[in-house]
Amino acid sequence: MSVEVPWTQDEMMTVAASRLLWDRCVCFVGIGLPSAVANLARYSHAPNIVLIYESGTIGARPSVLPLSIGDGELAETAAAVVSLPEIFSYWLQAGRVDVGFLGAAQIDRFANLNSTVIGDYRRPRTRLPGAGGAPEIAAHARQTFVILRQSPRSFVAELDFRTSAGFSDGYGARARSPARGAGPQAVITDFGILKPIGASEELQLTGHFVNVTPQQAVDATGWPLKVTDNVEIIPAPTLEELRVLREMHARTRGSR
Amino acid sequence: MTELMSLPEAVSRFIRDGQSLALEGFTHLIPFAAGHEIIRQRRTGLHLIRMTPDILYDQMIGVGCAAALTFSWGGNPGVGSLYRLRDAIENRWPRELTIVEHTHAGMAAAYTAGASRLPFGVLRGYIDNDLARINPSVKSVTCPYTGEVLATVPALNPDVTIIHAQQADAAGNVLLRGIIGAQKEAALAAHLLIVTVEEIVERLDGHMNSVVLPHWVISAVVPAPRGAYPAYAQGYYARDNSFYQAWDPISKDRDRFAAWMNEHVITVPT
Repeated sequence: MSVEVPWTQDEMMTVAASRLLWDRCVCFVGIGLPSAVANLARYSHAPNIVLIYESGTIGARPSVLPLSIGDGELAETAAAVVSLPEIFSYWLQAGRVDVGFLGAAQIDRFANLNSTVIGDYRRPRTRLPGAGGAPEIAAHARQTFVILRQSPRSFVAELDFRTSAGFSDGYGARARSPARGAGPQAVITDFGILKPIGASEELQLTGHFVNVTPQQAVDATGWPLKVTDNVEIIPAPTLEELRVLREMHARTRGSR
Repeated sequence: MTELMSLPEAVSRFIRDGQSLALEGFTHLIPFAAGHEIIRQRRTGLHLIRMTPDILYDQMIGVGCAAALTFSWGGNPGVGSLYRLRDAIENRWPRELTIVEHTHAGMAAAYTAGASRLPFGVLRGYIDNDLARINPSVKSVTCPYTGEVLATVPALNPDVTIIHAQQADAAGNVLLRGIIGAQKEAALAAHLLIVTVEEIVERLDGHMNSVVLPHWVISAVVPAPRGAYPAYAQGYYARDNSFYQAWDPISKDRDRFAAWMNEHVITVPT
């Protein structure tokens, strides 16, 4: 059944990302798009997903999307609230997180991420917020998903700064490093999904949304992006997915 | 031994120019009132330490209190940039700011080591990224049991830590609840600890395993109702998310920032 309701690329990317999460998975969530994705999953197909926010709230069940990583509702609805040293050591570093969900300002072909600076570190053109929990989430979650909008400015041949390692230089470099998790297994954009493919571990376009072409995704990438042979067409959001997502955003707007 | 005193007295007695100073609190219980008093008393050359500088350090950096900043994430949570922090790093305005940058996990380990009076914290971190390159204090150690090479961070031991808490009792014992961040570690890592509280109560309203800092590790307990606003104090008032959003255009403009600080902080009587 085709959906008659118009939808946006941001809605599509949120829905496509949420479909990757499963019920009862333990998900370490950043604020913004990752939080919207994880809560959409919780309100649709994964009601028992365990959300961990780096503020130390384990099993948070917010009714609206929090503005900050430490909003009061996260603590009030959490199964447990622990300290920051504990969340990063006993929970993340110990390997108890299934999925780490990350955003970034820049990504390269091996899914290494920059959230620190644009330009030179000592004399930056644009100073970004920095690392936060990302480098260790990228290292220790059993796998990570990355979500960011795709353009030649964000999908770059060379990062200005490497904040969080994905596959490093590829060809098994990550497996030889002390990182315990499997690394980025999917990059969700407003064009489709990229995954690391083959021995090189380089990202390839493995799926695109129904309203864009693979060539458009290639054009939005700052390196020669490869498209897999059997690239899949990702189904449009269902009416139910859109309803849940829009209700969640409406509740959030109403609360602020 | 703790003493009950006013905020102006605590700042005037314990905060000195050039000190290293941690005002901790992760989104929750950020000691805004204390930071504002430090601004009013015109302390300068401070080495500010905080995992998430937040609006409070944006303000302290913007008025020129700070010479250095140790931090791990410097944004306005859910909103975007801290423009006074950015102006200091990008344009050295109002003065040059030396930055020492960590990850959250690294800084948590550094506070934990500081609280334990160990020389360094250890973690499986700073893996294959540029952070260890730009922060030479991040080093490594070989595990004597497994041979694994692990990252180390030097202990953080601030001259003074200031935290905000919900309650103190008459003896000066302090109770924190809700999101507790790294406050216990930052508090016990410091050489001198000041705690501002929402209220003084007869008996602390906590369970057996609550986070309680005993009076004998605290130098000053300061009543400061709404002392975490526009951040929040669980059980007392909510985070003013609309203020965090309103801060964006104020912080973006040097003149607007200066006028706002003058009206809402500097000329406010205490």
